[in-house]
Amino acid sequence: MSEVRQRPHTKMVTYPSNAVIPERDLGKNPVLECSHLGIEFGGLKAVEDFNLVLGRTEIAGLIGPNGAGKTTIFNLLTKVYQPTHGSVLIDGLDTHGMTTVDVSKAGVARTFQNIRLFGNMSVEDNVRIGLHNQIKYDMFTGIFRLPRYFTKEKQQHEKAMELLDIFGMSSLADVKAGSLPYGAQRRLEIVRALATNPKLLLLDEPAAGMNPHETQELMDNILRIRDTFQISVMLIEHDMNLVMGICEGICVLNFGRVIAKGTPEEIQSNPVVIEAYLGKKKEGGQ
Amino acid sequence: MTNQIKQKKVDPAVLLTALIILCVYVGVFIAEQVISPNSMLFTVLKKGATYALVAVSMNLLNGFTGIFSLGQAGFMLIGAYTYAIFTIPVEHRASVYQYFNGGVIQFTLPWFVAMILAGLVAAFFAWLIGLPVLRLKSDYLAIATLGFAEIIRAILQWNQLGPVTNGSNMLRLFPNFNSFNITNAEGKVTVYLSTFVPFLIAGICIALIVLLLHSGYGRAFKSIRDDEIAAEAMGVNLAHHKQLAFCISSFFAGVGGAMLAMYQTTVQAKSFTTAMTYEILLIVVIGGIGSVTGSVLSSFLFVACSEWWLRFLDNEQFIGDFQVPLLRNGFRLVVFSVIIMIVVLFFRRGIMGTRELPDLLRRRRKEAGIK
Ligand SMILES: Nc1ncnc2c1ncn2[C@@H]1O[C@H](COP(=O)(O)OP(=O)(O)OP(=O)(O)O)[C@@H](O)[C@H]1O
Ligand SMILES: [Mg+2]
Repeated sequence: MSEVRQRPHTKMVTYPSNAVIPERDLGKNPVLECSHLGIEFGGLKAVEDFNLVLGRTEIAGLIGPNGAGKTTIFNLLTKVYQPTHGSVLIDGLDTHGMTTVDVSKAGVARTFQNIRLFGNMSVEDNVRIGLHNQIKYDMFTGIFRLPRYFTKEKQQHEKAMELLDIFGMSSLADVKAGSLPYGAQRRLEIVRALATNPKLLLLDEPAAGMNPHETQELMDNILRIRDTFQISVMLIEHDMNLVMGICEGICVLNFGRVIAKGTPEEIQSNPVVIEAYLGKKKEGGQ
Repeated sequence: MTNQIKQKKVDPAVLLTALIILCVYVGVFIAEQVISPNSMLFTVLKKGATYALVAVSMNLLNGFTGIFSLGQAGFMLIGAYTYAIFTIPVEHRASVYQYFNGGVIQFTLPWFVAMILAGLVAAFFAWLIGLPVLRLKSDYLAIATLGFAEIIRAILQWNQLGPVTNGSNMLRLFPNFNSFNITNAEGKVTVYLSTFVPFLIAGICIALIVLLLHSGYGRAFKSIRDDEIAAEAMGVNLAHHKQLAFCISSFFAGVGGAMLAMYQTTVQAKSFTTAMTYEILLIVVIGGIGSVTGSVLSSFLFVACSEWWLRFLDNEQFIGDFQVPLLRNGFRLVVFSVIIMIVVLFFRRGIMGTRELPDLLRRRRKEAGIK
């Protein structure tokens, strides 16, 4: 059994106005800056006045009850929806008017709450789609099998295997993605997202449907990914052990509004959060 | 670990497939030299090869990219007309364009140049349609292409375009499949190639499509088919790839149209109906949506059934003095429809599903290995 790494205590410091990021990220551009971000669906304010600054190598959590607007925020960041208010800067770049593909190229990758793999394609090919903008060749090269085709295909294969190895999945490379067990599908989604070479990785409920052992492994892996790739991770999760275990900053959402922000310790002892979220959960569950 | 990178050897199943295909070509060549050229077999093989190409081109869109087009007959029509208009020998133009003073075009292109041009013109029209339509939801393409096929059929029959298209009159006397036969000085055929060459053309085109499907572009197409939203999030440009697939598919439908013109020896716009598109769609469904092998096999089966094997159903048959009931003109179509209904109802995934020939060979070997 691998030993679970514990989150080292991160010193959080204030960044310009009232944003808080890890001290080690201070010298560098924040990877994400949202200001007054909002969207309405026919009058319903799904997200309202959302402000967030993420450090370059920060692991952040986005939590809140069902329907709070967490997934909607991911959809706003990746331009699945265009925001009706506010702005999003990625690594200092204003994303106004950008498409999903532009944002992907700018360095945002995501996984989906309801797994969206390419089910009829092999595990390796799923990862290769992630590499699609990294290692490419033109159509003529592809059809007529010019030498460049073989070098690029080999590069893709090697890179895909290297990424799959993070989760020990390289032996499954030829398996059809749709036939993988649930936990493995979630892991493959993370690998596929990593293949796009992101600066910011958005994980929508990565531990959903995983058993406690798998969740522990996932926590370990998220930390490892952050350390090796030096990227920022923002995750939505209902599993409080995971959130409190690895997130450095946490943002709590309720009815589309941020009701609290802070370190895990601060969030755990915040009466507003306990009432809106944790308290409710205790009543219903354990 | 890292220097243990797997060297991918050539897959024996792929080699075996290549061998099988080679055998088919040799078989066709030999059959053509020894069997009477009037045999029904060659009708089926020629039309089958033509339909196989068009079906694979449709499968590229519907089965591999997941966008639904119903314009195949329209693009074939463009291909057939482009081919015919540019290959009618100058000396025959006066008789073909008799109502239009011999037409305006007074030059001839070599057949293969005209055939490539046929594909390019079809692809150009696809590009024009795709530009606005492919940015919308997928369903709109089916409607737009269906409408396009109807409109282009009407336009090509329009009398004002007669000097180019011959209006609603037939285009004929252009080089056809029989022109591929090699003849001696007395005009006697020495080597029959009228089936082999269409096989070669269709084979090369299908091979190009398969190579495309097995490249990064094919993977991107399949990712769009499996999940558009995820593909886009991974940086796959949907509009660009859909446009590409649509133009390539239409290019080969255009080439297929040129082949159909050669097969029929005459071309008339009114025969390229929506029913033809549905025939191709049916072939794709029966073969397996997402299987090139399936489309090819089912093209030949479909053509053989409709043109040959079920023909006897249309004639009154006697066993001794007993007249077999029901057999009369038109009954073939009834039986044919019933067969198709059974296939569509009970074999939803078609003959091949999404498998290809090498997959079948691999499976066979695995099973043998287990025993
Ligand atoms: N496309 C849409 N059109 C209309 N309303 C929407 C749309 N997308 C989301 N909503 C609404 O926005 C609200 C927030 O939804 P969202 O999916 O972001 O919640 P969530 O926090 O991710 O919840 P969960 O924990 O259940 O995943 C919900 O009330 C939802 O109905
Ligand atoms: Mg959600």
